Amino acid sequence: MTLEANSHPVPALGERAGTVRPLLEWLARRAEPLAITILAILIGLALFAIFIALIGKPPVALLQLMYAGGFGSWFSIQNSLSRAAPLLLTALCVALPARLGLIVIGAEGAVVLGGLAGAGIALPFVGGAPALLVWLIMALAGMIVGAIWIGLAGLLRHYRGVNETIASLLLAYIAIALMNHLIEGPLRDPASLNKPSTAPLPPDYILGSIPGMDVHWGLVIGVTACVVSWVLIEKTSFGFAARIAGGNARAAQIQGLAVGKLIVGFTALAGSFAGLAGTIEVTAVQGSANGSLAAGYGYTGILVAFLARHNPLAIIPVAILLGGIDASGGLIQRRMGLPDATVLVLQGTLFIVILFCETFYGRFRIFNPDLWKRSP
Amino acid sequence: MDGISIGIWGVPLAVFAGAIRVSTPFIFVSLGEAITERSGRINLGLEGTLVFGAMTAYAVAVMTRSPWLGVLAAMAVGASFGLAHGFICKFPKVNDIAIGIAMMQFGVGLAFFLGKPFIQPAAPKLPSIPFGGWSDLPQIQAALNINVLFLIGAALALFLWWAFRNTRAGLILRVVGDSSDAARAMGLSPDTVRLLATAVGGALAAIGGAYLSLYYPGSWNEGISSGQGLMAVALVIFARWNPIGCFLAALLFGGAGALGPALQSVGITKGYYLFYAAPYVLTLVIMIATSSPTRSLAGAPGALSITK
Repeated sequence: MTLEANSHPVPALGERAGTVRPLLEWLARRAEPLAITILAILIGLALFAIFIALIGKPPVALLQLMYAGGFGSWFSIQNSLSRAAPLLLTALCVALPARLGLIVIGAEGAVVLGGLAGAGIALPFVGGAPALLVWLIMALAGMIVGAIWIGLAGLLRHYRGVNETIASLLLAYIAIALMNHLIEGPLRDPASLNKPSTAPLPPDYILGSIPGMDVHWGLVIGVTACVVSWVLIEKTSFGFAARIAGGNARAAQIQGLAVGKLIVGFTALAGSFAGLAGTIEVTAVQGSANGSLAAGYGYTGILVAFLARHNPLAIIPVAILLGGIDASGGLIQRRMGLPDATVLVLQGTLFIVILFCETFYGRFRIFNPDLWKRSP
Repeated sequence: MDGISIGIWGVPLAVFAGAIRVSTPFIFVSLGEAITERSGRINLGLEGTLVFGAMTAYAVAVMTRSPWLGVLAAMAVGASFGLAHGFICKFPKVNDIAIGIAMMQFGVGLAFFLGKPFIQPAAPKLPSIPFGGWSDLPQIQAALNINVLFLIGAALALFLWWAFRNTRAGLILRVVGDSSDAARAMGLSPDTVRLLATAVGGALAAIGGAYLSLYYPGSWNEGISSGQGLMAVALVIFARWNPIGCFLAALLFGGAGALGPALQSVGITKGYYLFYAAPYVLTLVIMIATSSPTRSLAGAPGALSITK
């Protein structure tokens, strides 16, 4: 390994620096996203604390309470992990198309329809088939419906030139109207009076908890999906082609890559993850498909994906962090008398600051070995 | 046909009335977005601005008992939201579409947070002009009871259509939107022009919000906007960045949104929730019909990121 492999002319170094410097360079390049993200989170928290102080509440006590509510005890950690499970999958729904340069913000629609498909397809099996088979069929149904819904946005993008951001969002609103129609009408359980929903799943079909924890299996499914996505993007030719197409669609076409197939494939895969999130929400948490499916997991997923810079592995810690913020909302409401939207304000602040801090990439000399001076 | 029940004719009349009632927020948001996009920047955060404007207008109207002060306050906060968006997007490597999504979440969250105490009290409403006084039919009287903001919006659309073509400010806006380099060569600062255009766009979007909370449906709650701010972005593309087109498209959307309630009023309730989807389906269909994968949209500002 020689340093001259770099395209920039690198000055000759002493014998001793020769072994240390590559390590430092590697560390510096790896440290940049981490350091800037942490910086952004700290700025976001500081701005939020100022806001809390302005409305006359003690900011430090509030942040302590948020920590306690999210990660302060084994109980709250399990609560946070449960809330992180759907976020892992909805964040993937944003992060995968982002690798192709597409901003898809309609994951909520796939969540809602995926949940509905899972609940709907389980109905004929009530009181019959083995649970594992029903779970598989439900997951498959949710994934297919989610894939169709978000894949449609990709299809429209490539073959009709329709902007995917707006198309996916319109599809999300259409999905919610469709769900309301179905749970008020054809799929409604007559026994659900003031909260219309589909027939409840029998207890046998409720997805259980991970052994030793009070967290449902959705967490494991979500983490697995993140790891699989990471391998797909970083280690396969499919993912490599996607990264090229995301960087420059025209160059990719000239090289003979099927950009259309990539776009539709990636958006469909992304949608299948969001659809799966809906199915898990139905089988593990709600027990039936109802209006609570549109709880905003799709929108929080956007934030998680951007915080993680669309890196599937980084999504795992970020989703747990956001799950913790979500989980602490109830505690803030009870103890501090603040509205439940407090969490939304913090999320919005963090989101803006994170995106703003994109501007710092490449600005700090310490993270850019090409700008380092020769060691004395 | 007696004077009270007009039977099935109630449907087109209700759609017409609904088009006028429902379209006003679309008119303001889309005119605001047209100004912003003509400058070459896109602001998806107008949904948040709309909701925050609705909350501000309602709160100020409750406290001062004047709906017009509410509208003014909404414009001020809308402009500051726009300024924030414009300021942040000025920095290199910051994506204006993503910042828009973030501003949307922030605006909606902040509006829900600060608006909690105002869900109960009643605010004074914006005035409307009864153009239907000549008719004996209460339905026609109701349909022609037109809010002042709708008329202002219509006038504004005409004015902007004229101003884009014929004024120095309009020319500057179009030059900056088509090419940052050409603008710099003329000695203009694209960042400053875009900052101001985004601020004006935010102020107009907030008026749309004020209309929602102070006239129709006329109360502040967390479900007040169902994506009007975002649909207006699609509407601007459909209207080809033309203010008159924005006005007509807003009327079309308003009519689509009024179809469900109109059918329900004559007793057709089957598939009621599906009619809620009508404006979104219409938007999507129009976008599919008018977009093209091979050529850029006619009339699109050259520096705009969403049409590439």
